[in-house]
Amino acid sequence: MSSLHRFANPARFLRISAAVLPWCGWLAALTIAAGLYMAFFTSPADYQQGETVRIMYVHVPSAWMALFVYTMMAMSCAAGLIWKHPLAHVLAQAAAPIGACFTVICLITGSLWGKPMWGTWWEWDARLTSVLVLFFLYLGYIALAGAFDNPARGERAAAILALVGFVNVPIIKFSVEWWNTLHQPASVIRAGMPSIHLSMLIPLLLMAVGFTLFFVALLLVRVKSELLARRLRALRLSEIHRAGASPAGTG
Amino acid sequence: MAALSEFLSMGGHAGFIWPAYGVALVVLFVLVAVSLRTLRANEIAVREIEATRPKRRRRAPEAERDDA
Repeated sequence: MSSLHRFANPARFLRISAAVLPWCGWLAALTIAAGLYMAFFTSPADYQQGETVRIMYVHVPSAWMALFVYTMMAMSCAAGLIWKHPLAHVLAQAAAPIGACFTVICLITGSLWGKPMWGTWWEWDARLTSVLVLFFLYLGYIALAGAFDNPARGERAAAILALVGFVNVPIIKFSVEWWNTLHQPASVIRAGMPSIHLSMLIPLLLMAVGFTLFFVALLLVRVKSELLARRLRALRLSEIHRAGASPAGTG
Repeated sequence: MAALSEFLSMGGHAGFIWPAYGVALVVLFVLVAVSLRTLRANEIAVREIEATRPKRRRRAPEAERDDA
């Protein structure tokens, strides 16, 4: 716990983040560029799906990110509720909009892939519906965190929602096995070897690593912003106190 | 030129593949732009308020030291 609390100090966190941020940003740009190059030029078309398989290189990594960010957010919320870790809620609130954006990308690219392959933009089946629910969980978390006059109450309420909503994460993961769905089952993260050829697996993993680095870089920016926003709120409150105190003092 | 237009046509699925990448690009770009703008606005606002109020006392100000 003591090693964890060393990072809890916002000033120290900001110092570390300023050193890490440029590396994350440039590495993200590099890996995504390499991933895109391989996705379009070196990876083959699929023997069943033809060229549309190239949508996979943006669809699957954003789906992984949608789940990964939510998991991270729920863990932060738990740390915030249980240990009152000073950065936990800040982290979760900074992460939520990023996760929501990855979920939107996953849904839209999935729809654009579904139309030519399944013949439909949307189907209310287990996988698609549970990912849509994930999107609404993100939106609910963001809305609830901002819905209270007292931000501390808002972040607690939102954290509870995020934790309750976490049941959705395994449902999404296993939906393709538990129910009949149009969506294909997992071909990378599964028992045994990935059932996907290296020429497709490498660009896919590059994109996934790139998206993760992008997420970390953007998260650091947003955490800094959120810490400043909190400082601003505190400064304005003390301003009001001073303004309210001086007439009372003279009168 | 023919190779380029063949590449862009994506085996007849250009209308699905390019929008997929376009949407991802636009969504992530907007998110980054909004995040950076909010950061800058917050930085400026904090600096403005801190400039108007007297400096907080340092832990060991030179002027107040007796042994200096």
